[in-house]
Formats: sequence, C-alpha cells, structure tokens
Amino acid sequence: MDKIGIIGIAQTRYRRYNPASHAELAYQVTREALDDAGLTIDDIDNTITVCNDFWDGRTISCMAITEATGSHRVPTTNVEGDGTYGALMGAMRILSGLHKLTLVVAQSKMSEGIPAIISNAMFDPVYERALGVDAISSSALQMRRYMSKYGITEEQCARVSVKNHRNARANPYAHLPLDITVEDVLESRVLADPIKLLDASPISDGACAIIMAEEEIARARCSKPIWITGVGHCADAYHLGDRDLADVDALISASERAYRMAGISDPIKEIDVAEVYDAFSYMELMWMEGLGLCKRGEAGTMIDSGVTELGGALPINPSGGVLSAHAVQVAGLARIAESVLQLRGEAGDRQVDGARIALAHGIEGACGQGHCVFVLGN
Amino acid sequence: MAVRSEELGDSGTLMYPSRIKLPYTWHAGKVGSRFYQEIRDNCKIWGTRCEQCERVYLPPRETCPRCFCDMPEWVDVGDIGTLLTYTVVRYAVPGIQPQKPPYAMGIIQLDGASTGFMHLLGEVDLDSIGVGMRVKAVFRDQREGNYLDIKYFKPLGR
Repeated sequence: MDKIGIIGIAQTRYRRYNPASHAELAYQVTREALDDAGLTIDDIDNTITVCNDFWDGRTISCMAITEATGSHRVPTTNVEGDGTYGALMGAMRILSGLHKLTLVVAQSKMSEGIPAIISNAMFDPVYERALGVDAISSSALQMRRYMSKYGITEEQCARVSVKNHRNARANPYAHLPLDITVEDVLESRVLADPIKLLDASPISDGACAIIMAEEEIARARCSKPIWITGVGHCADAYHLGDRDLADVDALISASERAYRMAGISDPIKEIDVAEVYDAFSYMELMWMEGLGLCKRGEAGTMIDSGVTELGGALPINPSGGVLSAHAVQVAGLARIAESVLQLRGEAGDRQVDGARIALAHGIEGACGQGHCVFVLGN
Repeated sequence: MAVRSEELGDSGTLMYPSRIKLPYTWHAGKVGSRFYQEIRDNCKIWGTRCEQCERVYLPPRETCPRCFCDMPEWVDVGDIGTLLTYTVVRYAVPGIQPQKPPYAMGIIQLDGASTGFMHLLGEVDLDSIGVGMRVKAVFRDQREGNYLDIKYFKPLGR
C-alpha cells in the first residue's frame, strides 16, 4: 500500500452534558487539528464527517456541520458508523489519487438523547426490537456466552475496568478517571447480569479529528508523520442468534487483513500498544482474542498476568479506553488519535516507552458486528 | 410546537428539551409475514432451511446468509429448545421495554433450528436461570401477528 501519513490530530475532553453544540464541538477539533498539523483550512482538499442522524436528533445531520468543519468548498461526505470507518474512507480517498489532504471529523453527544432507546432502534423493528433489547442488554447476552464458553470470570472482566479507569487518570481527555478495585466493580449496581455499572462505558459527549496526507505532502509538512501501514475491516451476521456471540470471526478476518497489509506476522511480539473498543469490560478481552494478541479463551489469564497494564509487555488501552470515555462513533477515531500520540511519544504520563507499532480498533453494530482495524507506525 | 429553554448548570448556556415523534410502518415482507401468520393462526414456529449448508434459520429468511442462495424450504422448528445465554434486565427505560424490570431475556436454540432466537423468559425464578436450561414457548391467547405473540419461553416442565 502507498504510504498515508497522519499529520494532525485533536480531541475534546470527553464529558457528559458538554454545553457546546454539535457544530461547536466539530469546530473545536477541526481548528485544533489544523493547528496541530500547521495547516490552514485552505490546505484541506476534502473532508469526511462521521455523524449519525439518530444520535444527532436530526435528518442528514452531517450537513449541519459543514461550516464547522470548513467543508463548504471541497468534496465532503459522511460516514454513518464508527470513526475508524471515517478514517478508512479517508485513506481510500488518498489512495484513489484524487485527494491529497483529508480531514476526518467525528462528533457526538450521547447525553442529548436516550442511549437505550437509540440503541434499541438498531435491532430489527419487525423482530427483536419488541423485546426492548439495547446495547447494554445485548452485550450482557454476549458477556454471559463468552464467560460460559471460555471460562472467563466476572473478576477478570472487572480487572479490565480497574486497569482502564486507572490509566485514564493520566489522560487529560478522559471522562472517567477512577481509582477503583475489582471489588468496587463487582459490587457496583447490576444493570443487566452479568454487566454491572462499572463494566459499562460512560455516556460521553465529545469530538475527534485527524488529518491524513499523501506520503510526499506528509513528509514535507510534518516532522513526525505517523504512517498507516495496514487496515482491514469485516462484518458478521446482523441477527445475534446467527452468531456464536463468544466468537469473533469478523474481527479475526479484519485483523488478519490489516496484519497482512502491514507485514505483521506475530502481532503479540510486534505490536507495542493497542487501543481497542472496550464499550464494556469483557469486550477488551474478546477483542484481544480476535486481534490475535492472545490465544482463544486466554484473554482472562492474560489480564490476570498484568501483561496489558501500562508498563506491561503489551499495554492495552493506556488512554483508559472507551470504558473511560465513550462518545459513540467518535470513540474509534479517538483510538487512532491516541495511537498517534503514543507513536509520536507525546502521550505524557500514559506513554508506552519506545512505542513503534500501534493498533487502533473500532466496532459498529450490536455486540461488535463490524470491526475495523488500523496498524500504525512511526 | 412549544419550545422552551433551560439554563444548563453553571455554564450559562441554554438547552432545548423536545422530542422526535415519528409514526412509521414497517412491512414484514413475504417471509416475515408467513412466519407471523403461522404463529398467529397455528401457534407454530417455522424457520427456513438452506439446501446447500442444511442450516435452519430462525427468524426465517429468503436468503441463506452463508451460501447466498434462496431458501424456499420451510421447516417447523418446534416450540422447545435450549437456552444459550441470558440476562436479567434490571434498569428501566421508558417506552421500549415489554415488561417492568427486572425481567429476563435470552437466546434460545429451538430443537429444529440451527440458529439462536432472542426472546423473553417467563414463569422463572430470576435467580435460578442457567445456560443449557430447556425451555418451551408460551403463546399469547390473543395473537396479532408479531414477535410478542410468543409471550415468552418458560422452563420445560413448568
């Protein structure tokens, strides 16, 4: 693959009830990503927004933020899905040869709607939607299936929450930095067994932007471009009953594609840091297995061993992950932005020493129906 | 429509509470219609069978998701199956939940089907549900041709 460089990034601080409007959030990160890249809006030759009408509460909501993203005069389209898919489209734009500098902006305000009602609406209106099933209860079905098939325990899932909330304390963008114990997670309020409050990600507002450039421009404009070396994506079945919810076939396929492109043969050894979409604690463990960062069913013993802690051999979610800040759709793009900070060596107290290869992962649909995996390098 | 604004905390900015109301009518399609007519009229649950991979899908489909071929063959999958996973929903969401929480739901593999079927669990002690439990469909007395014509699945033998 031709080289694509990420030369600018920005994130808002994530929080609930951010008083900024959607456009104000989008403008903030657009402005800051341009500043980070040392560019002006006139340098950008195309934009991609990541907006979802249902979450934004208006039809064709992407059209309402064209001013805020400076995309009046250039080709702009929207990706309705996770922010990683916005970045994927941005990469395709540059690979097409038609565009050289792409701005990708994701924004969302989960606090403005009612997440359970909106996530219920992703289920088939003629079938399962009538059960009231939503992101939390469907994930509870997945967590139970994963635990019973592979012998994963609630304690092991809780350990993910403890680790990630602790990591978030060094991340100035995080919504929920916490100093908690496994007991705190286990004793937190049960939402839908086996998911407790502290197994679940928060309801966050926020935005993230990245600027991608074709190789020559990236080298000319940026002293530390971060290269996209591989990307892969894949989706599984829509009806949850069609899948074995403990398995991660689509993620295996997506990650194998990304690794092949990046020339990675042994991800456990070669990847220095991973940012994965842990909307719920158990998901980090499942996605580790799908990403080939451990063997099937062994993510529980891996979290127990401390390998994935900041300071361990393979830190996962040193930013605090989605458990510590979940602006839906933004969260995948934030995984890329956090990976860029790691590879630049600008991650502050959450820096993984000597990080050279990073992995960023996003999901969309119920229980990780679709996965998008980026491999990045410096 | 009346629009009112509220001060938001100490930021001094305003917010506008409103609601999106949108009546919508979905077509069940020819496959979904037959599925619901059989439940409504005969209390029978039917899936569709792929002649290539021999899997039986529930809910039924026109096309096999794996083989991408037509699935014209209908199969009675019975009303008894095995619980693959479950949860007890303990939080309330106004307007979308079919019962007052706490209530149980799960994914059931009916004996004649190859896939799981998500539904409610009823007539069950919420603390004694287990993966692998055998369950049986309970149909509503008044059926209207929809997902909740199956009231819930209850433990077999109750």
